[in-house]
Amino acid sequence: MTTINQYGGQTLNHHILSVLVQNRPGVLARVAGLFARRGYNIFSLAVAPAEDEGMSRITIVVDVESTPLEQITKQLFKLIDVVKISELDPRRSVERELLIATVKAPDEQRAKVVELVNIFEGKIIAVAESVLTVSLEGHPDKLDDFEDLLDGYGIVELQRTGRVALPKLDRGARLRAVNQTPTPNTGKAG
Amino acid sequence: MAERITGAEALIRALEHEDVELIFGYPGGCILPAYDPLMDSSIRHILVRHEQGAGHMAEGYAHVSGKPGVAMVTSGPAATNLVTPLMDAYMDSVPMVAITGQVATNAIGTDAFQECDTVGITRSCTKHNELVMSADDIPMAVRQAFHIATTGRPGPTLIDVPKDCLQNEMEWYWPTDQEVLDSLPGYRPNVKGHPRMIKEAARVIMGSERPIIYAGGGILKSRAAEALRELAELIDSYVVTTLMARGAFPDNHPLCLGMPGMHGNATAVTAMQKADLLITLGARFDDRITGKVDAFAPEAKIIHVDIDPAEQGKVRRPDVPIVGDAKYVIEEIISEIKAMIAAGTVQADTSAWKSKVSGWREQFPMTYEQSEPGAALKPQYCIEELNRLAKPHTIVASGVGQHQMYTSQFFEFDEPYTWVNSGGLGTMGFSIPAAIGAKAAKPECDVWAVDGDGCFQMTAQELVTSTVEGLPIKVALLNNSYLGMVRQWQEMFYDERYSEVYLNAKVPDFVMWAESMGCVGILVESPEEVGPAIEKANSITDRSVVIEFRTDASELVFPMVPAGASNDELILHPTQQDRAEALK
Ligand SMILES: Cc1ncc(C[n+]2csc(CCOP(=O)(O)OP(=O)(O)O)c2C)c(N)n1
Repeated sequence: MTTINQYGGQTLNHHILSVLVQNRPGVLARVAGLFARRGYNIFSLAVAPAEDEGMSRITIVVDVESTPLEQITKQLFKLIDVVKISELDPRRSVERELLIATVKAPDEQRAKVVELVNIFEGKIIAVAESVLTVSLEGHPDKLDDFEDLLDGYGIVELQRTGRVALPKLDRGARLRAVNQTPTPNTGKAG
Repeated sequence: MAERITGAEALIRALEHEDVELIFGYPGGCILPAYDPLMDSSIRHILVRHEQGAGHMAEGYAHVSGKPGVAMVTSGPAATNLVTPLMDAYMDSVPMVAITGQVATNAIGTDAFQECDTVGITRSCTKHNELVMSADDIPMAVRQAFHIATTGRPGPTLIDVPKDCLQNEMEWYWPTDQEVLDSLPGYRPNVKGHPRMIKEAARVIMGSERPIIYAGGGILKSRAAEALRELAELIDSYVVTTLMARGAFPDNHPLCLGMPGMHGNATAVTAMQKADLLITLGARFDDRITGKVDAFAPEAKIIHVDIDPAEQGKVRRPDVPIVGDAKYVIEEIISEIKAMIAAGTVQADTSAWKSKVSGWREQFPMTYEQSEPGAALKPQYCIEELNRLAKPHTIVASGVGQHQMYTSQFFEFDEPYTWVNSGGLGTMGFSIPAAIGAKAAKPECDVWAVDGDGCFQMTAQELVTSTVEGLPIKVALLNNSYLGMVRQWQEMFYDERYSEVYLNAKVPDFVMWAESMGCVGILVESPEEVGPAIEKANSITDRSVVIEFRTDASELVFPMVPAGASNDELILHPTQQDRAEALK
């Protein structure tokens, strides 16, 4: 997991796609299968039910080094269950991610780890004799920095959720819809 | 009062509602319940000898009729046997609906007998697939499957139906069109091209001095052959027809250049290379057409009409992208051009280009050398004779290999929907079942399968189906005792080191094999016998006929663009290589 830092949180090759899908069995497998089959790289992926009943939102951070984003979105949109794809411009969207990590904290460095967590406004969620489990929620870049610094103390285990994102509300938050707005989902799944 | 029927009855009734007249299938445990109401249905079932055959028959049926082909098989090994035709149909955008049995819902995931993850396995070789989880969902699943298979860019769909869903009762209903649309909010294929782009296309066409119409299989899928002809004649432009589009523009039309690509004729290949505009209609810049992409048609602007937005810019960035149905868009472009002409716009002068291309055409006809007396037959000669003697409206299906290329090169396709072949996947064994499916769709037409001896040995057993089901076809088996196309590559690119390409000249005995399957078997070894054998086959209408032509194994398909090379590096037939300069 720590290899994430090698790429940095936000390289030029990364784009965020917010994909609204019909919440039907296998939809995640379809999306993941498409990426695998066409050789596209997923940097992170988060999925959960969306505001409309029967819909889920998949936030995918894609690495467009090998394939133009346009091809990825067009191929994705060919999936019947995909209802809408928006490319979120990082400058015009809010992004959040959650990190939890168990880090080495023997007596002599425990105070420093706690201080680091406090500086980042993270939380200590479990304490044991020589380790602490800590959590931090925030912008992925902030998490990257936090992870780098934690690493100096020795990360035992680490899990990040992958980013989720929505368009910014203020001033001209623009959502570049790749396709037309969906009609309401009233039908039943076949 | 809603009527209560079983899921199996609902499935068959739903297929009847979709106007299905034929199912190509093979029964087994999990699909058994569906076979019972089938006995009372108006739908005819064709019992194949291998599920792959059912799939290719459904494709052949769809190719010539334009209606979706239906294949129905059981779970597990039957579903996996269907994978090849599904992928084949996916690559060639053939509308097809597959129905597979599945173990009962409570057994799914337990490694039950004949369970396999059919939707998982077929996810990447269908346009869409669905595992039904309740009898109630069957009518909607069927409607969605047909809707998706036949609209937008056509393709195969699959419905996986667990046995208990077939056995359970449900309340019959038939979803309305609106309900189907509402159930698929993410599926809205764009049929009408963007008006601004259509205008732009007309403008670019009127300004082009060296246009070529690059017609692909999409012309046939959108039933746009007539519109294509009108456009070509209106702007007086030459047309190339890809392997998938043979027949979409008549070979006997003075503007037809025939097939481009790896084994395309020199004129078609070179005209694309030198054009200043490629009017691309329902084609996808396949690597077999473009050769080395960076060197493909370097001076050409690209108009790209395709119903699939993902094809725009996938290989070559278009100057004028138009997402829409080929027929609709071509007709719009025609009206736009007519309006421009009416308003006084004069089309750029294409006469120099036209005379250049017609010069190439005179210098580089398709050619081969006749065999010496007593030597093995030339496969091209067999195809020429087949063409000469074919009755009007004859449909030709082919396998994959040298014989496929010879057929595309030497048979004259003057009508749409008379050529059935496996282009994208290149599936050996395609021809015989596809020909049977074509015959089922058009019983009034003669259907010839041109096959290689390698291909024949993959699916020949379906000739039993043709005999038993009364769907007689004719097979021109070009037997060179080799996997000829592979042998050709080994000869040209592997220093003539022939590794595992020799089949056998003695076994099987194809004539005996044909006769054992209820067909007439004919062996032809000399040129004088070729015509009479074909005439005899054409006169037999009550049985399938297999003519085994013993052909020259050393014959090579020319012209050829070596894989990965630029189309400028086309290797001409040896007898034409002295004039290669004329193409520069
Ligand atoms: C199912 C399948 N397996 C392998 C191939 C690779 N392949 C392409 S052409 C060819 C040889 C075909 O031999 P034959 O049917 O005898 O036709 P010929 O080339 O001799 O005309 C092979 C093996 C293929 N296209 N399809």
